[in-house]
Amino acid sequence: MYMFKYILKRLGLMIMTFLIIFLISFVLIKRLPIVINVTIGQDKEIIEATLIARGYYDPIPVQLINYIKRIFQGDFGVGVNLPEYRNKPVWDVFVEKLPPTVLINVYSTIFSVPLGIALGIFAALKKNKWQDHVISTGVMVFISVPSIVTAFLVQYIFCFKLKWFPLTMKAGFDYFSPSMFRSMMPAVIAMSFGSIAGYARFTRAELTEVLTSDFMLLARTKGLTRGQATLHHALKNAMVPIFPSIVGEFISVLSGSLIIEKIYSIPGVGGLYLDSISYQDYDFFMMLSCFYILIGLVAAIVIDLSYGFIDPRIRMGAK
Amino acid sequence: MKPSELNMPKEKFEFASSNENLHDKELVTKPVSYFKDAWNRFKKNKASIAATIVIGILALYAIIAPIISPYSVAYKDAYYTFTEPMIFGGNRQKKGNEATFLSDYAISLETNRDVIVKGKYDSYITEDAYKKKIRMYEYKIDTYYSVGVVYMTLPAEKYQAIQEYQDANNVQIIYPWTDMSKNKIQFGEIPPQIETDGNIWYQLKMSNGKPVADVTYDTNGKPVYTDVYALYGSIEDGYTSKMRYEGEGNYQYAYATPVQNGNAYKVRIDYYNYYRYIHADERIDKPFFLFGTTNSGQDIFTCLASGARFSFFLAISVATVNMIVGAIYGAIEGYYGGKIDIIMERIVEILNAVPFMIVITLLKYNMEGTSQVLILFIAFFLTGWIGMAGRTRMQFYRFKNQEYVLAARTLGASDFRIMFKHIFPNSLGTLITSSVLVIPGMIFSETSLSYLGIINLNSGNLTSVGTLLANGQPYLVTYPHIILFPSIYICLLMLSFNLFGNGLRDAFNPSLRGAED
Repeated sequence: MYMFKYILKRLGLMIMTFLIIFLISFVLIKRLPIVINVTIGQDKEIIEATLIARGYYDPIPVQLINYIKRIFQGDFGVGVNLPEYRNKPVWDVFVEKLPPTVLINVYSTIFSVPLGIALGIFAALKKNKWQDHVISTGVMVFISVPSIVTAFLVQYIFCFKLKWFPLTMKAGFDYFSPSMFRSMMPAVIAMSFGSIAGYARFTRAELTEVLTSDFMLLARTKGLTRGQATLHHALKNAMVPIFPSIVGEFISVLSGSLIIEKIYSIPGVGGLYLDSISYQDYDFFMMLSCFYILIGLVAAIVIDLSYGFIDPRIRMGAK
Repeated sequence: MKPSELNMPKEKFEFASSNENLHDKELVTKPVSYFKDAWNRFKKNKASIAATIVIGILALYAIIAPIISPYSVAYKDAYYTFTEPMIFGGNRQKKGNEATFLSDYAISLETNRDVIVKGKYDSYITEDAYKKKIRMYEYKIDTYYSVGVVYMTLPAEKYQAIQEYQDANNVQIIYPWTDMSKNKIQFGEIPPQIETDGNIWYQLKMSNGKPVADVTYDTNGKPVYTDVYALYGSIEDGYTSKMRYEGEGNYQYAYATPVQNGNAYKVRIDYYNYYRYIHADERIDKPFFLFGTTNSGQDIFTCLASGARFSFFLAISVATVNMIVGAIYGAIEGYYGGKIDIIMERIVEILNAVPFMIVITLLKYNMEGTSQVLILFIAFFLTGWIGMAGRTRMQFYRFKNQEYVLAARTLGASDFRIMFKHIFPNSLGTLITSSVLVIPGMIFSETSLSYLGIINLNSGNLTSVGTLLANGQPYLVTYPHIILFPSIYICLLMLSFNLFGNGLRDAFNPSLRGAED
């Protein structure tokens, strides 16, 4: 029962935090002068008239109420400055941009979680032997090398020198075709390096700690083989802090990486966000900001709660 | 025993050391202070020591390179773009058909420099896309010499000055003027790409719809060109210099075409020597770009160092400010606890939930017109001190109920004194470590932001590593050297800062004493 209460409390706090940030961002955005960039063949006055009709020049409190009302009708505003999305509903564009971002991140997670954990386990079992040193050095290098550089390297080696993949992502909406999958691979590989290293390091650290605990000795004493003891006793306990971070990663796959999306010209949410910044398209910016903030908050809660889920001994929020 | 039996004569008592002063024994072992202990542990970590040295070298490079380099960030050269780095020799592998090869070969013939490195080239016959047999050439090209000769319009005084410089220094800068009308027979009207290419001094012919050098091959297989130099007397060139092109035989060549009623001259300038001439007053002896140049002709060696210097400066100053503010905030939270803690934690939680990208964008537009450096600083500060505050808070919770704090309070120490004189020094190690550990993250964020173009630091004498990466990215495949050096720099920096931070963390962790080996 108290778990339920705890969840409610966390949710309540989350909504409060979200509302405060939302309010601050909204005011800070609405304070800005409205910029309208028109290309040839477009009439500035017409766009301006649309914006006036939508109440973009009203006082901020009025706009806030209108904005919230519209959100409940599923209307997040329209594009103003982004040439491709002028007068298109923000929400529709966002939904259109979501699949590439999510797919690439899901692929990279599927790729990196098992690999990272396997490497971590191997390193922990071979602690202080040469295998461990090799893995640990590799982990250190790949954690340190920034994603920009990894992405450049992948692009140069795999795409240009070896010609395994195209240089940038294929255009089109056939997200599950083999050629599309192939063109997504460089981005997936570039993203995976860092997370594989991260998981390997995390797993190794947790597992080495568990492997030296007393219950492992007991497990061996009662006749389990080393493999049995590791699999059933050590690994299970080591997973307690690792599992929540995987869950957190699965939620944040929605947000994706701005840099990777830019380098491989992926038509995803990140690119849309960057465009909304450079073109000063505030409706897009407002919606995407809310999206990123929400993802962060939800991920934090889910990580928190999954501790109690994976290990019943942990009772979140208990005194 | 009865007391009477203990009766001993007084004379039997003797002072143990009547003639000596009593002293405490001098300490044989040396006291080891907290920081000394940390240093001892840090010294044992070879990787951290190496990382510290690397950081030192990188920092030294960032500070010294812009000073010793004759170039500045604002320096741009229109012709020396994409120049290969001198530390790799400044050469580029080139593969081309006969037309490409002949035009490069012609530059080396006219300027008498090794445009094709050591004059060595491989040629072989292959099939093109239409199954036609063509000859291909593979050779190394010197990117400093391959600029060759360019057309320039000079004011009459400058034209004279160059001639004087030529005579004084015995170098040829102005090359004979060409008479393109000799090529007119083949083309009718001269195509613009020929008209603007200063390196064409020879007879051309049409081949597959493209202009190609019209050459014959001598007995050694070397191409022989026919020149189209303008003859002296045909134009009023105003050329008085003694330096004349060595290829001149019985004729004298004309060296310029007067334009604007003789107030200016159109000349063919050997850019390598001209470069030395215009930079003679500066510390530049010849074009020499250690790390090559970018697409806009900036010296990468200088730009990278300036960017690095900026990164270092920003990261260290932000880390310092964050540490101070975070420590004070966290100290108040942790020390007083209770309601103050709850309220202050809520504020932190809200600030913490705002993604960094959003903070910086909102700041950028709401502070339009302010310097981008300041915006960056504020954004890093707004999001950065939170971690510091959290860590200080934990440390204060850990130490505030210890006996020595109670003792200090009993003796009447004020809260402020307890906080900063008694508790704070104990948590200093952890705090320093964590503020070092955030530096690479900050440098990386700064690089990404300028790479993504959210923050534009590329103004005047300021640039950033991210901007260099962003500018070089379109040329990743053709000119990888533009991206290579900034990438190496940022990788080394991140790696060594991480190793250094890890070493520091272990060093400041006294529970690890004796745990190693």
